[in-house]
Amino acid sequence: MAEKTITEVQDEIIEEFEIFDEWLDKYNYLIELSQSLPGIDDKYKSPEYLIEGCQSRVWLRAEMENSKVKYTADSDAIITKGIIALLIRLLSGRKPEEIINTDLYFIDRIGLKENLSPARSNGLVSMIKQMKLYALAYQTKSKNE
Amino acid sequence: MAFDIEKIRNDFPILQRRVHNKPFVYFDNAATTQKPLRVIERMDKIYLETNSNIHRGIHYLSDVSTRQFEEARETVRKFINAGNDHEVIFTSGTTAGINMVAFSYGEKYVSEGDEIIISSLEHHSNIVPWQMLCERKGASLKVIPINDYGELLIDEYEKLFSSKTRIVALTHVANSTGTKNPVKKMIGTAHRNGVPVLVDGAQAVQHGKVDVQELDADFYVFSGHKMYGPTGTGVVYGKESILEEIPPWQTGGEMVDQVTFGKTTFNRLPFKFEAGTPNYTGVIGLAAAIQYIEETGLNDIASYEKELLDYGNKRLSEIDGLNLFWEAENKISIFSFILEGIHPYDAGMIIDKYGIAVRTGNHCAQPFMERFGIGGTIRASLVFYNTCEEIDRLCEAIEKVKEMFS
Repeated sequence: MAEKTITEVQDEIIEEFEIFDEWLDKYNYLIELSQSLPGIDDKYKSPEYLIEGCQSRVWLRAEMENSKVKYTADSDAIITKGIIALLIRLLSGRKPEEIINTDLYFIDRIGLKENLSPARSNGLVSMIKQMKLYALAYQTKSKNE
Repeated sequence: MAFDIEKIRNDFPILQRRVHNKPFVYFDNAATTQKPLRVIERMDKIYLETNSNIHRGIHYLSDVSTRQFEEARETVRKFINAGNDHEVIFTSGTTAGINMVAFSYGEKYVSEGDEIIISSLEHHSNIVPWQMLCERKGASLKVIPINDYGELLIDEYEKLFSSKTRIVALTHVANSTGTKNPVKKMIGTAHRNGVPVLVDGAQAVQHGKVDVQELDADFYVFSGHKMYGPTGTGVVYGKESILEEIPPWQTGGEMVDQVTFGKTTFNRLPFKFEAGTPNYTGVIGLAAAIQYIEETGLNDIASYEKELLDYGNKRLSEIDGLNLFWEAENKISIFSFILEGIHPYDAGMIIDKYGIAVRTGNHCAQPFMERFGIGGTIRASLVFYNTCEEIDRLCEAIEKVKEMFS
């Protein structure tokens, strides 16, 4: 079976969230997702991997495995961590060019847009930027090799 | 007369709205306050009927505008009991005011090796301008320490003075904790050491009567938007004797006397410090806000807000797993707390969903938060249009947060 595209996974997430009428259920689901995220080893919770938000902190690492970018990430806030789980599910294990060009529309469609507003300053906007930057760096590196 | 809370709430149109389909509870008043209809209408009226630049024209509306602007100055003067109108300088807010003093006073009186005293309770706005001044001049900052209740250690403060101390910059009421500092006493100490004092009154003027002459403050700085007035307005009160001595900060139109390409001489006070077209619409709106506060009565406001503080302290301290910080003896109705094992951001997100606006994070006071080893708190800051029922609603929301994250 061919691997799902980012678009397909985004649509899948949108469908999953459609069963929730209430915001409370959505957030409970995010809390559940946060618990499933392996997170990041404490030794990587260092300034090197830190993306500083004013409200919550995010740590992000990227590695290249078989031409695909593998991300691990964590946050000190649970809701932020739940959204990280969605982003990892979507972007981790993909080729750099897929990641760089992706348009993340799911967050708006599942009604959690406020979590990705720069005004919230929870580190997520910077995290997505950083994920794309890692992908770009790996792409450039592989071209030069 | 009893405090007519229903009438007061009706004076603030925004309080009638709903957020997330729940009645709106606004507990972020330390960040900015809502505006009574009277302020909004006053500013509308300017744009609809009298708008013209001030101190410029020979034409009718310019006269009207100028008169209203200068009447606003008189309103502010009375409000803080300054000795003279020209000791009241309009700025865009507290931050701009402190920057003005740090620059102008610093330019004249601070040089290499000198010292500036600030406190551990300061907002970034009353830290960074002094830090920058120190960098420019090769001076250094001395910081007054605090105890675990968020109160300044006055004995330690007295030891910080030396022959090199040039100014003390001190908040009247701390934004992160609500602690009221004994500024009058502290100004006395500074003056005995021959040092002037700037007081940051951003969280003070709206909660109780401030008399700058009684305090004997050399500078007293505050914002309009935190006292039910428009954004982009603020006041620097300065003693005439000092304002005359120090150079202007920003230069341009209005603040000059004679300009040739060879030399410029500056206008008299207060215009020397009001370069460019001032926010006259905002300033006139600010005067309307002051009139509203005065009619409501600062004493009544203060005693009602004390009731809110006592009720909130009681209700919040009944909640298991809630740590209330900085219950200083003398404070305004600000509650800063954390929920054990729950990140303030998570809590804030959920509280917002119940239509309640609180602030989470470090409240622009990072050094202060570091002192207590915490990354941030949830802060609910209340004013006289808030109610005990709203505190009950906050407590209910907190219980929901605890359920979700337990």
